[in-house]
Amino acid sequence: MSHQTLMAILILSPLVGFLINGFRYKKHSAELSGSIATGAAVISFIAALLMVIDLIGLPPEERKIIVHFFDWIAVDRLKISAGFTIDQISAIMVLVVTGVGSLIHLFSIGYMHHDKGVAKYFAYLNLFLFNMLLLVLGDNLLVMFVGWEGVGLCSYLLIGFWFTDKEKAAAGMKAFVTNRIGDAAFLLGMFVLFLTFGTLNFQEINHMVPTTSELTWLAPITLATLFLFIGATGKSAQIPLYVWLPDAMAGPTPVSALIHAATMVTAGVYMIIRLNPLFLAAPNTMAIIAGIGGLTAVMAASIGMTQWDIKKVLAYSTVSQLGYMFLACGVGAFGAALFHLMTHAFFKALMFLGSGSVIHAMHEEQDIRKMGGLRKYLPYTHLTFLIGWLAIIGVPPFAGFFSKDEILWQAFHSPRGHWALWAMGALGAVMTAFYMTRLMALTFWGKSRVPKETHPHESPWIMLLPLIVLAILSAVGGWVGIPHVISEILPGQPGNLLETWLEPVIKSVPGVAEGDPTQEWSLMGVSVTLAVISALLAYHFYVRDPSKPKKVAESLGKFYELVYNKYFVDEAYFGWIINPLVSLSKGIWYYIDVNFIDKTTYVVADLVRGGGQFVRGVQNGNIQQYAMYIGLGVVATMTYVLMR
Amino acid sequence: MILSAITFLPLLFALVVLLWPNTKTLRHLALGLSIIEFLASLAMLAHFDSSTASLQMVERFTWIERFGISYFLGLDGLSLWLIMLTTFLTPIVLLGSWNSIQDRVKGFLVSVFVLQTAMIGTFLAMDAIFFYLFWELSLVPMYFMIGIWGGQRRIYATVKFFIYTMLGSVLMLVAIIYLMFMTQETLGTMSASLLDFYRLKIPFIGGQFFTLQTLLFFAFALAFSIKVPVFPFHTWLPDAHVEAPTPGSVILAGVMLKMGTYGFLRWTIPLFPEASEYWAWLFMTVGVIGIVYGALVAMVQPDIKKLVAYSSVSHMGYILLGLFTFNQFGMTGSLYQMLNHGVSTGALFLLVGMIYERTHSREISKYGGLAGVLPLFTIAFFIITLSSIAVPMTNGFIGEFLILLGSFKAEKAFAYVAVTGVVLGAVYMLWMFKRVFFGEKGELVKDEHHPLHDLSCREICVLVPMVVMVFWMGLFPNHFLDFSKASLDHLVADRSNYQLAIMGDKAEVKAATTAFNKAEASQ
Repeated sequence: MSHQTLMAILILSPLVGFLINGFRYKKHSAELSGSIATGAAVISFIAALLMVIDLIGLPPEERKIIVHFFDWIAVDRLKISAGFTIDQISAIMVLVVTGVGSLIHLFSIGYMHHDKGVAKYFAYLNLFLFNMLLLVLGDNLLVMFVGWEGVGLCSYLLIGFWFTDKEKAAAGMKAFVTNRIGDAAFLLGMFVLFLTFGTLNFQEINHMVPTTSELTWLAPITLATLFLFIGATGKSAQIPLYVWLPDAMAGPTPVSALIHAATMVTAGVYMIIRLNPLFLAAPNTMAIIAGIGGLTAVMAASIGMTQWDIKKVLAYSTVSQLGYMFLACGVGAFGAALFHLMTHAFFKALMFLGSGSVIHAMHEEQDIRKMGGLRKYLPYTHLTFLIGWLAIIGVPPFAGFFSKDEILWQAFHSPRGHWALWAMGALGAVMTAFYMTRLMALTFWGKSRVPKETHPHESPWIMLLPLIVLAILSAVGGWVGIPHVISEILPGQPGNLLETWLEPVIKSVPGVAEGDPTQEWSLMGVSVTLAVISALLAYHFYVRDPSKPKKVAESLGKFYELVYNKYFVDEAYFGWIINPLVSLSKGIWYYIDVNFIDKTTYVVADLVRGGGQFVRGVQNGNIQQYAMYIGLGVVATMTYVLMR
Repeated sequence: MILSAITFLPLLFALVVLLWPNTKTLRHLALGLSIIEFLASLAMLAHFDSSTASLQMVERFTWIERFGISYFLGLDGLSLWLIMLTTFLTPIVLLGSWNSIQDRVKGFLVSVFVLQTAMIGTFLAMDAIFFYLFWELSLVPMYFMIGIWGGQRRIYATVKFFIYTMLGSVLMLVAIIYLMFMTQETLGTMSASLLDFYRLKIPFIGGQFFTLQTLLFFAFALAFSIKVPVFPFHTWLPDAHVEAPTPGSVILAGVMLKMGTYGFLRWTIPLFPEASEYWAWLFMTVGVIGIVYGALVAMVQPDIKKLVAYSSVSHMGYILLGLFTFNQFGMTGSLYQMLNHGVSTGALFLLVGMIYERTHSREISKYGGLAGVLPLFTIAFFIITLSSIAVPMTNGFIGEFLILLGSFKAEKAFAYVAVTGVVLGAVYMLWMFKRVFFGEKGELVKDEHHPLHDLSCREICVLVPMVVMVFWMGLFPNHFLDFSKASLDHLVADRSNYQLAIMGDKAEVKAATTAFNKAEASQ
């Protein structure tokens, strides 16, 4: 099949699935709706796989499949085509999106089995996939933006899926509006780029980027990249726009796995990687990205240590892990960011689906204080979750170890890096190990605190199968990016496959020096050791001595309160921005529209009417009065003439 | 003949409706006639030559020789789509008001057809007096439409609407007469032809208000600003919309507001290029204020229809902003946004009308949970909402993107403020959507005695064309913009000395082609 056809199948298959399920939105059969949707996702995955195989067949420098469908917008110099590219970067992303996406579709068949709106659910899920593919494959910023807003829209629909619940509907709206703030900045970024380069095409922009870095803040590339980064903070839930993601957990759990962990939220990182030569030319932006990324990683992890809702813990964990990816981008380690994006997609999708399995078993209970000892009832879920846990806390040789370690090393070693960035990353890793172990311990280990009337049961195979596949990927997925220092001591010296693959499309930071192996080994040792100690501590706290955490929390007092309440960021946004804005709007409506503008016109109208009435009063048909006017007129004229 | 036919067929239809003896089939008749008109406009579209900026299908006869007033109709890329919009919306409006207008049906249908002639005439007339005639004629049917078939405060609203618009128009008339005297001085004979107006060299002195071009400019601009409406002349609009019956609102928002923006495009900007440029900052400022102000006020409205009305103020702000960027992006975006707004706001008013027919209330707080009861209605409302907040792949995005890009190119500061409209638009629409469609069932929705019925076949027929247009215009903007490209290129490139040729007229063809080539070359 030609690439044009394959690309059309790849992109349109989920759209067709959406339309089919959309037209039968009243149907209740989870099997049928789910099969249609899953089938559509799998077809996309196969098409993507065939394209990537073709891509591998090409020589490294020419690995690029470009398909152009039609001219979308053509106004003056602005020529935007509906064109799509598969290259080394989008190949990885498209496989993750369609692969993990297919698994989550499959899982959903079991999870959403009893839901009445199941056809609608699968329609939205397919629509999401379609938009995500536009985002990933688009060969210019505007097509990416179509997907960018499209996935936000689907996220809105799926968060508010159970719309009769006011809070869930509100969470959906919060997500959309917060994302829109980012999107507005994204638009501005595109404007700057278009006026600078005269194009929005990725290849053309990356080709035209000057080799010298910009040093001022208001230079076009710095400005454009800053705007795009603000866009990314919206979509990828970074400070200050991360607030929507924890609330987004109101959606069905597979949605959290697909959209709010594995794919959509990584879009910001992906966009930066796509434009890596551009971002490299703006060191100021890069510094900000690294700083925000590091800060988000630490802050979100700290909140994650205090939450009781299994999905909220995972949500803050996602925010924190996304912070790592931005940290990597900020120090110029784009490859590491993409690597972590991929492994995170595996293990976080795994854990979200695992939590879905737990919630399913616990009859919609999400509070981990009411769990414990579930290992007994949910052996497979526990085992797969365990692998996810090992992966995220970075135990070798699980996937997360390799990607996180590379980020930490680059944060320290890169010319754009700094020891403080490394320290933030390491601190985040320590906290990650703590809250993840805490989650494991409270959910699966220790004594059962499950209420008597609940009878947990293991999930059906249709839900377990995706868990197992993702667990395998979480275990071995990191092996494509083994660092050189480790590769050297392994039999056969596999080398860093990912680095080689990405080499032609990822620009390296100018002035990067050869790494010192001893230094790399010792940093690796330090971070792994710290994480393990932290995990052991958490195990001690939550399994051995369950009274301890409360004491520690009490001894921290106000500080614990602050973290537990998520630093009161939501409250601040409401108190300082949203509520004043609503009051202001009411004020301007009442005072300016109703009272000032309208009242002014009334005054004018009254003047006209009053004037008319006065003149009418003068002409009353009374002859005597007319005679008096004439007399007065004569007197006035005479007076004027005589006095002059 | 085709332009005369397009313009005056509706007037003939009005007569037919008036004389039709059978009241039962009146609506069917009117619908059929309006579809004939739409087909006629399609024929016009098929004859349109998109490669030229000249006036096409021109019809010109001397009317009052002494004053140089003529019967002068002409079509180009600036007016083409507005006429299509008018003829497209009319059958939809008639079908949409099938049940909501129950008394004096005949009078209502006559009003609609007279209004259609007035609107199309406004877009096609190339003679100032002829234009003014149509411009003012459009007020009369709308005045009755609001005043007779409107809501509780209809008399207040319709008088406010009439006086506001009238006030602006009177100044425009003075300016038109002044321009006619100027043609007598410079060209020897008096003429009211717009093409002759374009030839005038009107002295302009920057920095002084009481100079000729500036005064004339403001006389026209005020008339158009009130019609658009531009902040702070917008307060007639929410009242008119809230009181107007659904078809009145749709026509008012869908087409009549565009008479104002079209006026800027056809009259103000090319006639007074220096003054337009000099005062661009003022109009961009009020445009941007309109965007933000309209959005903020829309956000806190308790009445759905008023919310949509204020959203119109916000959207029209975008169009004004784009017009005064004087670049391809902004002006193309504005022209496109005029059509988008016609479709999306027109559809919103239709939808609000549909729910009002069911519950007789527009109060947002009385709704809630509608999505569970009326799924099809919800889907339609949601799609139109997406168009209104300019989500990509819908028509709204193309217009808004181009306008913002154009304003960023022209003057960054305005774009920075205008872009907040992107966020605020989502806020007011989605907040309303949440309160009406999501959450627990509100008092109007859960009323057991009056269960709500989802869209009927007739209503689906009303909405499907709108939804199709939303996506068609969003996915394939070139299908539409290609027709207007030559005219917009010509306007942008030769704005400082704008001339409009008549196609087929030999001497003028040459002038036009050189102008057009210049526009091509400058790219």
